[in-house]
Amino acid sequence: MRRYRTVSGTIFDAANYLFLGLFALAAVLPFVYVFAGSFASDAELTKRAFFLIPEKFTTAAYRYIFSTDTIMRSIGVSVYVTTAGTLINLFFTVTMAYALSKRHLAGRNFVLNLVVFSMLFGGGMIPTYLVVRELQLLDTYWALMLPGAISAFNLIIVKNFFQELPAELEDAAKIDGCSDLGLLRRIVLPLSMPVLATFTLFYAVGHWNNYYSALLYINEPAKWPLQVILRQIVMLSQMAAGDLNAMDPNFEQPPDQAIKMAVIVVGTIPILLVYPFLQKHFAKGVLLGSVKG
Amino acid sequence: MKSPETATAANTTTTASESEPTITNTSGSTRRGRLWRNRWLYALLMPGLLYFLVFKYVPMWGVLLAFQNFSPYHGFWKSEWVGLEHFRVFFTNPEFFMLLRNSLILSLYNLIFFFPAPIVLALLLNEVRVALFKRTIQTLVYVPHFISMVIVASLTYVFLTTEGGLVNELLDQYFGFKIPFLTSPDWFRPIIILQTIWKECGFGTIIFLAALAGVDPEQYEAAIIDGASRWRQMWHITLPSIRSTIVILLILRMGDVLDNGFEQIYLLLNPLNREVAEVFDTYVYFMGITQGAFSYSTAIGLFKSVVGIMLVVGANWTAKKFGQSGIY
Repeated sequence: MRRYRTVSGTIFDAANYLFLGLFALAAVLPFVYVFAGSFASDAELTKRAFFLIPEKFTTAAYRYIFSTDTIMRSIGVSVYVTTAGTLINLFFTVTMAYALSKRHLAGRNFVLNLVVFSMLFGGGMIPTYLVVRELQLLDTYWALMLPGAISAFNLIIVKNFFQELPAELEDAAKIDGCSDLGLLRRIVLPLSMPVLATFTLFYAVGHWNNYYSALLYINEPAKWPLQVILRQIVMLSQMAAGDLNAMDPNFEQPPDQAIKMAVIVVGTIPILLVYPFLQKHFAKGVLLGSVKG
Repeated sequence: MKSPETATAANTTTTASESEPTITNTSGSTRRGRLWRNRWLYALLMPGLLYFLVFKYVPMWGVLLAFQNFSPYHGFWKSEWVGLEHFRVFFTNPEFFMLLRNSLILSLYNLIFFFPAPIVLALLLNEVRVALFKRTIQTLVYVPHFISMVIVASLTYVFLTTEGGLVNELLDQYFGFKIPFLTSPDWFRPIIILQTIWKECGFGTIIFLAALAGVDPEQYEAAIIDGASRWRQMWHITLPSIRSTIVILLILRMGDVLDNGFEQIYLLLNPLNREVAEVFDTYVYFMGITQGAFSYSTAIGLFKSVVGIMLVVGANWTAKKFGQSGIY
């Protein structure tokens, strides 16, 4: 489609491109700055303030924060909770969505209504906390994985997707003697891989970024995931990230700011690594929800 | 995984011959026969159903704590019922008005400054004709959405702290003063809104861009032939095509008027900015989890949820009254 070229139109275009460029820059510049700063020395951070390439490159901040196992251990917790938690999410979501996708199932509408109502009204923070406590889940990793095992929103999207698969495929397999479980495993799941990849990524990012559950349910510092440790170090300056005694004698303690930046980089990099995959899938995931079922 | 026996426990009286699923037995079968034939589906339903009952419906029933003097020692059944006492105490507490004011002001700021931002950004992106430029911009502005709130708060801290933060270092070098952004009540609300715009504005465009992609190009062509300027095209074709999306998002937002995003506020909250920063969610956390006033904090949470549900229903009703399609 061609449009008339006018002076005002050209000015608008130029301004628009400039604005969008600046906006996009603002979205990523903080990461670039923090990444650069985490490799900089004390003197440079106070003297130059803003820079994107440090003059004197040093990994002191990283050596310092990894000199104790505080951060490594919390990364381990986060990796474990993300992996196991996502598997739990997928198992609960797929099984329930598959059963609910069968229109002939007696009681289906009742369960669907239960699910939808839970999106509108919830018990809230304290009653949920008390349930987790009654189940003896406080200070266990289960508390980080079970209370959010199913997102009602995702469940309904997956259910709708299953429902739209051609019924003929399942009928044919059924005549060949396939059971409902076999259908799910051999027909439905292989056909749903792209959708499931989307939700795997969504759930996994949710677990990695989750701070709320750990704040509420985990009191034992040894079981804190990375997000909690991040906050302790960056915002409260409460936890000594590293151990000076573990460093070599002429090691100069890196500046406070560089340490904080290094910790932020460590927490951000996993997300940036999966971002290309996320980007491939999320638009689809967001828009799947708009399909009515 | 739950064993199929639990799903079919009600069928124990079914005899073996009746329960044998056969292809011919597809219509006119007994209720028991149908249940038995679907036994695997019910088995698959169980884990999810159990999840909703335990983690959604038990807490929902748990809001009854709000009408008790719940003590963990006595448990739910033996705790004393006090009716609306907690609500009375809360509504007569001056803190209530502070929370209400803070929540409403934050929501209002959000509505005025954040809500239109993704719409404007989507309209601007829609005007871009160079596909590669558009894709690059989209790729970049979606990134912050996937970053955790803790990282966002940490970045805010690293940039704004008076102890070596970038903004204050620059202010100090060029103007010779520093601003205590993180501890000043005046800066709390602008920082929250800026964080929200930075994190969610880009991602919020997706839903509008999808609606815009569905507009028939012929409409623009016809408008151009009729001599419509670009501004007129936007006003008469582009905006009406996303109106229903805007209305739906606005209705959903109504339900969150007292819900200001716990993590975001909690991470910026400190004793120095508390008078403007404390909202219902954070107050519930401090009263309930930190201080153990379970019943009192449940009552506050219940108040918040009920107001939320009423606002959604009210907004939906209003939207329908004005001829828009609601969310249900």
